[in-house]
Amino acid sequence: MADKIFAWLDERLGLEGIYGAVLDRKVPKVNWWFTLGSASLFLFVMQGITGIFLTMYYVPDPTKAYDSIEYIMNGLAFGWLIRGVHHWGASLMVLVVFLHMLRTFFFGAYKFPRELTWLTGVLLLLLTLGMGFTGYLLPWNQRAYWATTVGTAIAGSVPFVGDFILKVLRGGPDLSALTLTRFFSAHIWMLPAALAGLIGVHMYLIIRLGISHIPKEDE
Amino acid sequence: MAEKVKSPKMSRREFTKIVTAFLGTVMGAIMGIPIIGYVIDPALKSQESDAWISLGPLEKYPIGAPTPFSFTLTKVNGWERTTTSYGVFVLRHSENESDIKVLSNRCTHLSCRVSWKEPEQTYDCPCHDARFNIEGEVVYGPPPHPLDTYAYKIEEGVLFINPTPQEA
Repeated sequence: MADKIFAWLDERLGLEGIYGAVLDRKVPKVNWWFTLGSASLFLFVMQGITGIFLTMYYVPDPTKAYDSIEYIMNGLAFGWLIRGVHHWGASLMVLVVFLHMLRTFFFGAYKFPRELTWLTGVLLLLLTLGMGFTGYLLPWNQRAYWATTVGTAIAGSVPFVGDFILKVLRGGPDLSALTLTRFFSAHIWMLPAALAGLIGVHMYLIIRLGISHIPKEDE
Repeated sequence: MAEKVKSPKMSRREFTKIVTAFLGTVMGAIMGIPIIGYVIDPALKSQESDAWISLGPLEKYPIGAPTPFSFTLTKVNGWERTTTSYGVFVLRHSENESDIKVLSNRCTHLSCRVSWKEPEQTYDCPCHDARFNIEGEVVYGPPPHPLDTYAYKIEEGVLFINPTPQEA
């Protein structure tokens, strides 16, 4: 029965073809360092799932943000777990994506024909850092407030246009409700949408070009 | 890659597939079950209040005519206190202190608020053309049962109700 259903679906969707292209690819003999990309993808999905569920209770408003997180942590079943995974997963994702970049660099995997895989990867690293930066403000506690004050002030030190950049980031000259809502918007809509799209391109390139082998001594 | 050693039981690829499926299921359950608890948790919390609510001295309510009274209840919902307004009709049948009916103004169909129509001597619901008589019984319309009532008590001439309505 299950075989029949699968055959019916496969005939229309080409599932075997997708499976073959995506998962049954030929890969060179590699080591554990080559799993960091998959680990990054896994963490992205994990952050997405836990993040979606956090928005069910979180309120991006200066008078409510801290209290709503307090409720998630202490007033709800498993709120501590969902937020804990999101909190630690965020740090871990920055670490894993960075190590993934180092692996690609030291193994020379960014070279022809994989320059575009590398370029999209650089953008993905920057977007991941952007997720960390915007997410850090959302608890709206002292650490979040001052970290964002300093972070946006650093952006403000750019010659000539710094002041303008600072005001765009903060939604005005000071940290306010506008800063919180725009960081929230960037954190849950803009950056994840850009990340998901670029991950699609990145993975298309990996499937199309394959991954590089470990460099040999004479290379 | 050709398999050099043929296992009579299971190929390496098959083993990997099973282990991956198993670990995936375990991880899915570890995250999935708490997420379900997290989503439904507010629905599982009881918010019944036992504090009696004062409706004022009994003598201010006339005999034979339903008199509206509204009160608010404040409950803690998540990170804020929510104040909800409730309305009742106090109907005294006679001078007898125990001959009182306190009706909820919440239509038993879909929770719209009914209002007292003096000329017709009925409570009418504006949403789906329902009508209840003075005792709260359904005259016509979709409501499945009569208006809810409140338990009451009288202490030193003051009327109190229990804020949890009872299905008639």
